[in-house]
Amino acid sequence: MALTKQQIAQRIAQELQDKWYVNLGIGIPTLVANYIPEGIEVEFQSENGLLGMGPFPIEGTEDADLINAGKQTVTILDGGSLFDSATSFAMIRGQHVQLTVLGAMEVAENGDIANWKIPGRMVKGMGGAMDLVASAENIIVAMMHTNKKGESKLLKQCSLPLTGVGCVKKVVTNLAVLEIKDGAFHLLERAPGVSVEEIQNATEGTLIVNGEIPEMKL
Amino acid sequence: MINKVVKNAQEALQGVENGMTFMLGGFGLCGIPENCITELVNLGVTDLTCISNNAGVDDFGLGLLLQKRQIKKMISSYVGENDEFERQMLSGELEVDLIPQGTLAERCRATGAGIPAFYTPAGYGTEVAEGKETREFNGKMHVLEHAFNPQFAFVKAWKGDTAGNLIFKGTARNFNPMMAMAGKITVAEVEELVEVGELDPNQIHTPGIFVQRIFQGKGYEKRIEQRTVTPKI
Repeated sequence: MALTKQQIAQRIAQELQDKWYVNLGIGIPTLVANYIPEGIEVEFQSENGLLGMGPFPIEGTEDADLINAGKQTVTILDGGSLFDSATSFAMIRGQHVQLTVLGAMEVAENGDIANWKIPGRMVKGMGGAMDLVASAENIIVAMMHTNKKGESKLLKQCSLPLTGVGCVKKVVTNLAVLEIKDGAFHLLERAPGVSVEEIQNATEGTLIVNGEIPEMKL
Repeated sequence: MINKVVKNAQEALQGVENGMTFMLGGFGLCGIPENCITELVNLGVTDLTCISNNAGVDDFGLGLLLQKRQIKKMISSYVGENDEFERQMLSGELEVDLIPQGTLAERCRATGAGIPAFYTPAGYGTEVAEGKETREFNGKMHVLEHAFNPQFAFVKAWKGDTAGNLIFKGTARNFNPMMAMAGKITVAEVEELVEVGELDPNQIHTPGIFVQRIFQGKGYEKRIEQRTVTPKI
């Protein structure tokens, strides 16, 4: 069975390491916060100026002056801090944030990512995505393996305008966990019940399959 | 102490003219200078270039200026959530310069800090870098980005004193401190204007030297764009 969006987030959460500062993008990445492994301390950074982001506020306590980068009302945990946008992106470009998780429309076998613009359609902008992918040491892309038409989103080369070049190292999709290195997607894990052949068929880019590929443990 | 207080938004916006370039603080609708935007609508100034992370929603924030076709060009990082914006952009009435959010923040900071340009890795290899100088540092490619040159900056703070010192609240700080530094004339509107001596100097976010005019704002709506809550159990 292919993973649900929640399960993609659950699998990505296994990548979190103790004492990491983490920036989560909008969509599936946001769900990662629901699955922090036991015994691990992480702090979430929101690029609009918040570290130590907590859950959504209890109904009736929401504060217009406390939002996340998706403009949703949030809370701040004890030990959290607030800062301006220049300081926030200093944390990001200065590699003080250990992990960025974000969505993508396309990822290429050389690590290029496209997630901000479809020519001919309304362009909303890149927000902080270009700063995040240009700087983060660890970038995990969370996305569906194919688009709504069933076409692969893991490509030899991105067809859409790029957000960043050669920056993605890991991709977690509804079908697989893949590592990008030496210009190819390396299959690390399969979704439970999904065959290597299915993953191969859904991957346009070069797929390297080395030995037995284990199923993900969720 | 140098007194920066003006009576109201009308007085604060004296000197604003057609064709000027403004910075406006805020992230989404959080921390936007509501009173200054209303006064810009009242003044009816046109052909404006607005540097602001976002462009408001249809009936609030910078959306109000878009409705009246007062903006010629927007410089932003993200402009969703606004139908009129989309219409004007697609019809070519509105010029839009989309730049990475961190680059926008740093360009604002550089403007106020006397740094004419700087290199950043953001956008290298993308269309954002087209036509710009690039250079390698420590084995990594960077793009040269320039400071802005705005005539006015409009910012919103939680508290301010008569000397122009500002304190922001929550994530309403966002772009406001850098934009306050960057304006040739910086106008600060505050929820609570107090006498000098009432704010703890240790807690000031923006020193008054960056603020030319300050006034007590009124009627803050502080609209929430995405109300997300955990249900009461």
